[in-house]
Amino acid sequence: MPTKLIIDCSTGVTTEVELTAEEVAQREADAVAFEEIKAAEEAAVQAKADAKASAEAKLAALGLTADEIAALN
Amino acid sequence: MANTYTAIATVTVGSGGAATIDFTSIPNIYTDLCLKVSGRSNNSSDYYSTLTMTFNGTNTYTNRILFGTGSGTGSGTDTSIKPFVQASSATANTFGQNEFYIPNYAGSNAKSVSMDMVTENNATNALALLGAGLSSGTSAISSITLSVGSDLFVQYSTATLYGIKNS
Repeated sequence: MPTKLIIDCSTGVTTEVELTAEEVAQREADAVAFEEIKAAEEAAVQAKADAKASAEAKLAALGLTADEIAALN
Repeated sequence: MANTYTAIATVTVGSGGAATIDFTSIPNIYTDLCLKVSGRSNNSSDYYSTLTMTFNGTNTYTNRILFGTGSGTGSGTDTSIKPFVQASSATANTFGQNEFYIPNYAGSNAKSVSMDMVTENNATNALALLGAGLSSGTSAISSITLSVGSDLFVQYSTATLYGIKNS
């Protein structure tokens, strides 16, 4: 069972305590939630990058130079 | 470092690792708090792990971060105070460094925190970060909990809490 370190600042005493089953379950739930948020953030970043690349390609097809496209950013 | 810094407590993680590091019964006799963390997690699939800090057992925060990696820069927001420590994919036996500064921690207003951190890695994947956070809690901060998600702090990770007086 994972443990937590508790430092009592009033005494300076450190105690190592095993996590309860509820705390372990909460850590696992938090990890799942974090992975979901992380995946959503990464998908959003990728979608934005894809949209930017698509827009730049369309501008280039219209005849804009790379410097002109960069000036729009 | 100003001579008004007082080391309130320090801890070094033992051989079994630790899921959380909890500073409790923090005295309210100082003006500000400063927390320095030298940390590494056991996450073997990444170069760094999210370090989450909570005050008084609650997690009602917003923050804004600016960061640079080995290949780019960026910014972001989050609903918790989340800088990073490095993880097991980083160079062996190295630790990430974090510093948090919490002014007026014993006051009755919302609590702000500034943070800076770097990971250590002798490769492209490293991270440097500056951040600012705000806790909506208005109670004096009497406990601070550090965790790394579902990972563990590895042995020799350390955390030291300082109290700073303005006189």
